[in-house]
Amino acid sequence: MSAPLRKKPPRVGDTPAVRRTLLGFVLIVGAFLILAPLLVILYQAFSLGVGVFADTIAHPDTRHAIWLTVLTALIAVPLNTAFGVAAAWAITKFDFWGRRFLIVVIEIPFSVSPIVAGVAYLFVYGLQGVFGPALDAAGIKVMFALPGIVLASMFVTAPFVARELIPLMQAQGRDLEEAATSLGASGWRTFFSVTLPNIRWALLYGVVLCNARVMGEFGAVSVVSGNIRGQTNTLPLHIELLYHDYQTVGAFAAASILTVLAIVTIIAKVLLERQGAGRAGRPALASPAPAAQGKTP
Amino acid sequence: MKIRLDNVVKTFDTFRAVHGVSLDIASGELVALLGPSGSGKTTILRMVAGLEYADGGHIYFGEQDATDIPVRDRGVGFVFQHYALFPHMTVGENIAFGMKVSKVKRSKQQMEARVAELLRLVKLDNLGGRFPSQISGGQRQRVALARALAVDPKVLLLDEPFGALDANVRRDLRRWLREIHEELGITTLFVTHDQEEALDLADRVVILNEGKIVQEGTPEAVCRNPNSAFVMNFLGDANRLGATVANGKAEIGGASLEAAGFGDGAASVYLRPRDLDWSATEPGIAATVTRVIDKPDGRRILARTAGGEQVELDVPPETVARAGDQGFVRIHRARVFAESASN
Repeated sequence: MSAPLRKKPPRVGDTPAVRRTLLGFVLIVGAFLILAPLLVILYQAFSLGVGVFADTIAHPDTRHAIWLTVLTALIAVPLNTAFGVAAAWAITKFDFWGRRFLIVVIEIPFSVSPIVAGVAYLFVYGLQGVFGPALDAAGIKVMFALPGIVLASMFVTAPFVARELIPLMQAQGRDLEEAATSLGASGWRTFFSVTLPNIRWALLYGVVLCNARVMGEFGAVSVVSGNIRGQTNTLPLHIELLYHDYQTVGAFAAASILTVLAIVTIIAKVLLERQGAGRAGRPALASPAPAAQGKTP
Repeated sequence: MKIRLDNVVKTFDTFRAVHGVSLDIASGELVALLGPSGSGKTTILRMVAGLEYADGGHIYFGEQDATDIPVRDRGVGFVFQHYALFPHMTVGENIAFGMKVSKVKRSKQQMEARVAELLRLVKLDNLGGRFPSQISGGQRQRVALARALAVDPKVLLLDEPFGALDANVRRDLRRWLREIHEELGITTLFVTHDQEEALDLADRVVILNEGKIVQEGTPEAVCRNPNSAFVMNFLGDANRLGATVANGKAEIGGASLEAAGFGDGAASVYLRPRDLDWSATEPGIAATVTRVIDKPDGRRILARTAGGEQVELDVPPETVARAGDQGFVRIHRARVFAESASN
């Protein structure tokens, strides 16, 4: 889309007026909508000096919120990675009744508002919920505790890994696995030495996106955590709490931590995309498998 | 290793892919499964490999019933149409993969020696360190073959091995595969939809249609004695003309053919374009030239008979004919089939 070197009639939709208008519109909206708020976060966080910023971060409640967020991610991300790989494997390598339905089910968290998920969990695992009394009797506390936070985070991020892997693994087909098995490799061996190396970038990409979302999740977690300061407050919840307490600087300081996490994620994402992960990734090296002969009439 | 298929059946959902196929393959034989798409040939190959399980019938390797042996333990070498090389491994690592995962432990030196030997066999001596994406399609397929041979399979199975390659690469690889087969003497079964490939390469051709074996035999046998209109059509261009049989003779407006053993009534006559000639004078079937196509080795005349049927003839290059010419088609050789044939 660079400017033409020689003077020639512009391509359709490529007249200078159109270009300038479009670019200007996108840049201005981007600046006001995305960039400005981010800069304000950092500006506000340090508005009363580095000392106040450091104090806020060092506050036990903030530190606990950071710890809880990291802990949630440490549990939820690996579990969802395992789920995503298993789901993608099942959907792309097996034929079974209800395959399409499973794909739809995996996508549900993308379209459902997270707060709906939170409320739903409350009705399943809460004291008045379906399993609530039984869990309570067994002394297991799910709601307003870490398990609830992890569950809600997992619901919201369940599709991330699977969504990255399914198109890739579909394109790769089953040939590689069949070849490995016919050469005598076991199922595990096939997975670790053939399947995994071929999906590793897409997998990491999915994990990075999943992690970003787990750390930033607010809606679903706010319903199931109970917002107990220093106990069940994750970082996003803590930011809201500080803000409601009129601790603007504290809120922005905590927010800046999340922002830094996000920036790290974006850098990781860009690096991974350079390796060929993501939707616009290179076509699989292995050619797509031809459908087995005579599978359809 | 001898292979025997005994009444093998496979059904996908509600679709019968293979209906009771029985087949004997002698040790060291090179057999082609030939058929149009959907004829079940790939399914049969995959069942022999253990990549699909038969719903009925048995598959024997030698005297052993291999029907339910998983692919991993079946000891077959399988070559895929699209190579299925592991893209993250070098050519050498691809070839060594089977040895690495094998239950039989080999030392590093043994593996390296074997890889070098196989690279020599497939004439890719210096490419061991390349990645599959860095070599050509023909080279990839040779690597795939070397990989399949590395673990000394009892049987070599190839699924449309040259289907994804250019015509001239394909011809070279065919001859080369034949040489390797003669050198190693391994029982080989391959699938193709290309009759030329099957006839060129195989000791024996098994022709399939709609999940059943239609005819099997040496290339010579199936070419000279096709047993049905389907085989006649599938093995090469063929003209079909309607005929009437009476007293052991088939009459086609202007020509009469021997048709002993056929009952009186309608029949189909199949004629190869090469077995026909064009003549300006009688005798023959009266026809009008509609088009002439020139080829390096002769001319093909497209004509319409007086009865309104299309005929194609391959004639020598010096034959004089032009669109609109009237003349006669002379028959040197033909086959008569009963009218039941759909095409």
